[in-house]
Amino acid sequence: MTDTVGIVIVSHSLDIAKGTADMVRQMVGSEVKVAFCGGNPDGGLGTSVPLIIDAINDAWSSKGVAVLVDLGGAETNSEMAVEMLEPARRDLVVVCNAPIVEGAVMAATEAAGGSSLAQVKAVAEELSAD
Amino acid sequence: MSVQSETFKSLLKAAAEQVIASAPELTSLDQAIGDGDHGTNMKRGFEAVLGKLDAISAQPLDEAFKTIGKTLVMTVGGASGPLYGSFFLAAGEALSHDKHLPDDLADVFGSGVNAVSARGRSQAGEKTMLDVLVPVLETLKTGAGQPDLIARVRSTAAEAVERTAPMQATKGRASFLGARSVGHVDPGARSSCLLLHAVCSSLEARQ
Repeated sequence: MTDTVGIVIVSHSLDIAKGTADMVRQMVGSEVKVAFCGGNPDGGLGTSVPLIIDAINDAWSSKGVAVLVDLGGAETNSEMAVEMLEPARRDLVVVCNAPIVEGAVMAATEAAGGSSLAQVKAVAEELSAD
Repeated sequence: MSVQSETFKSLLKAAAEQVIASAPELTSLDQAIGDGDHGTNMKRGFEAVLGKLDAISAQPLDEAFKTIGKTLVMTVGGASGPLYGSFFLAAGEALSHDKHLPDDLADVFGSGVNAVSARGRSQAGEKTMLDVLVPVLETLKTGAGQPDLIARVRSTAAEAVERTAPMQATKGRASFLGARSVGHVDPGARSSCLLLHAVCSSLEARQ
């Protein structure tokens, strides 16, 4: 089986992250690895760097991982999490500038076809184009 | 314990306790123009730092700064975690590259400020913690070696916080509010000021 780019969903809300992951699995199927996390280290609204690192490792693929985030703190924490990964993995993870639900579904659809990390990111980010 | 590590321990303890005690104020500022979690987030991060106080102060200074940074990154749970975390990680990195305190204070502090700016893709003037950190860096550069440096840092930080009130935010959650962000002090600028003031008071008490 050919490896496909993994998808990570990072929301301030665990419910949003889980719901988005459910949508991706229903619409795209199970050939793409999808991991999600949401909430601060106390379980309240927010994002947590260690949980993001875990999710990236869970969705790991030799083709890399695309991370979809909701608001600013999720983006900043995801960028920090990427930098804290082991060096061999760091360059194979991208944080996409895309809406979280649509971006996750589009990115996973593209990934399912065996596309590269750059292609998956580009497709997700088209959603943000003016 | 060496005099230096004892001083560092008391500074760090004072700073952490100040942030923890000020959590309600920071949260209330953040409720006005953010998402209302700055106080609880900072409290969680600095409680974690306080919990490691002995271990951190036993480390060489560069490692201690990096441990503080990493602890904040891992526990804060909001964008202020990576921002403050990057400050301490970069300051620690500067200290491990032949910079020393107090002689290179402006250089070390400047490394931290640059890291915050890069992490947040932000500059002074955008109603963020940089609106306190950047003026304080200037004071550290121009006032180096002056006997009243601590007093100057204190007043620079206090005045800089107040100057964030009339600013319109262009970064972070507050920027969503547009003109409605005007009239409120920035919570991140306030927490930076509180940390700096706690360090100033702790240094003065030891003189």
